[in-house]
Amino acid sequence: MKLDDLLHQTGEWLKCVGPNSEIVISSRMRLARNLKGVPFAHWSNKKESEKVFAMVKPAILESGLMKDALFLKIQDLSNIDKQFLLERHLVSRELITGSDSKAVAISPNEVISVMVNEEDHLRIQAMESGFNLKDAWEVINSLDDELSQKLDYAFSVDFGYLSACPTNTGTGLRASVMAHLPALVLTKQIEKVLHAISKIGLTARGFYGEGTEASGNFFQISNQVTLGLPELEVIDNLGRIIRQVIEHELSARQLLTSQQKELLHDRIWRSYGTLKSAYIITSKEAVELLSSVRLGVDLGMINGVDGKLLNELLVVIQPAHLQKLEAKALDAAQRDVKRADLIRQKLTSKD
Amino acid sequence: MLCDICSKKQATVHLTEMVDEQVAELHLCEDCAQEKGAQMEQHFNLADLLAGLVDLDAPSAAAEGAGAKCPSCGMTYNDFRKLGKFGCGNCYEAFKKNLAPLLRRIHGSTQHLGKVPARAEKAGKLRDELAELRAKLEKAIKLEQFEEAAKLRDKMRTLEKKGEK
Repeated sequence: MKLDDLLHQTGEWLKCVGPNSEIVISSRMRLARNLKGVPFAHWSNKKESEKVFAMVKPAILESGLMKDALFLKIQDLSNIDKQFLLERHLVSRELITGSDSKAVAISPNEVISVMVNEEDHLRIQAMESGFNLKDAWEVINSLDDELSQKLDYAFSVDFGYLSACPTNTGTGLRASVMAHLPALVLTKQIEKVLHAISKIGLTARGFYGEGTEASGNFFQISNQVTLGLPELEVIDNLGRIIRQVIEHELSARQLLTSQQKELLHDRIWRSYGTLKSAYIITSKEAVELLSSVRLGVDLGMINGVDGKLLNELLVVIQPAHLQKLEAKALDAAQRDVKRADLIRQKLTSKD
Repeated sequence: MLCDICSKKQATVHLTEMVDEQVAELHLCEDCAQEKGAQMEQHFNLADLLAGLVDLDAPSAAAEGAGAKCPSCGMTYNDFRKLGKFGCGNCYEAFKKNLAPLLRRIHGSTQHLGKVPARAEKAGKLRDELAELRAKLEKAIKLEQFEEAAKLRDKMRTLEKKGEK
């Protein structure tokens, strides 16, 4: 498998197939793991990082779950390819900003990615489509079990899995879902929901995780606490809260359709119209309009466009994807044109 | 509209910033926005936040532990405060005195409950024993039987040491 093979396939998490996939785009698990007796990535020298690399590479690739995996050294990648992996949520910004002995292993269906020498020696990630925390946990848990038989993890009875940052100490688990909550935003209830979430040990972020603003009404909601609670309890808590958020979103949608029908229809059809007719569009505008169209599809107003296509568009309209599709570097203005072309083509072919 | 910083390229990024309690709008081109973004990240990062949390509620213990240095990787407690990150797994032991308040503040707890790494068969039996003790410990903590919990934890430590040999 080669990196460019990813360009023409749809990552598992974008397939819009799991439970509640009209509201929950994807469910993700991340485990932070370190090797015993080696300094953490930010504190280690080149030789130590290479040692980590040499130890973990075979352990990862031997796993049945990583059969035919793509294994990439970050220093071998072009800037566009690094950005491309970031846009597909397969690497973090931290991983692609350094180079020494950093790598990522990606399973062929893009469910699993294992980052090497990120903030921690290993950052294992599993991502499934829809509201499906259970499957994401089962996958990541079994890969972690397998790896822990081959590698000596840094672990203590008191503090659990020892991580570089104390915010990950304990289980090292960050469980999250990406939810599309346009009706809560339109009815101005989102602040209340996010505030309540932050009170109970969860946190909400934008589409691209840590440090990003929510755009197009997409929110990534995750646990913050990693010490003092077993994994399954953390996942169960998150799941329960997400179920409530889904209920709130659904009742807000109902409210909008019964009380502000014209306003809602206007917004949705204008967005659809713009996407199908624009010749220049920024990614910010496109993501916002795609959010409205998605709501229109969920409410049964727009037919012939499916959630999977809309999910794919969210990713392929990003800068590195556009440039890889065009097979050349494009500046911001050229990208806005290419983006509009791509969206028009994908949406009008469905009419 | 041209970029507020370089006044050369078209502004495509629009930011709202609070400066001296005044809302200021910034219209930037892509290049200047990226640079500005990088500046903002440096301005305010997790390490600063953590450093602020580290010694908040135990100034005396902090003074005591401030000179600590990890024997394995050479990180000092001051390094940890500055970076907000440990140097290696053994730092947890080296800075233990100052760790409890920090972890409590972040997580509301200082005791791991959850998975234990499964390292080879030889550790298997030990693992089962540890898992059993862990379940008992969890129960004891829930029932607020702290003396019992402390005993169980000591047992687990002894077992863990045995496993390391």
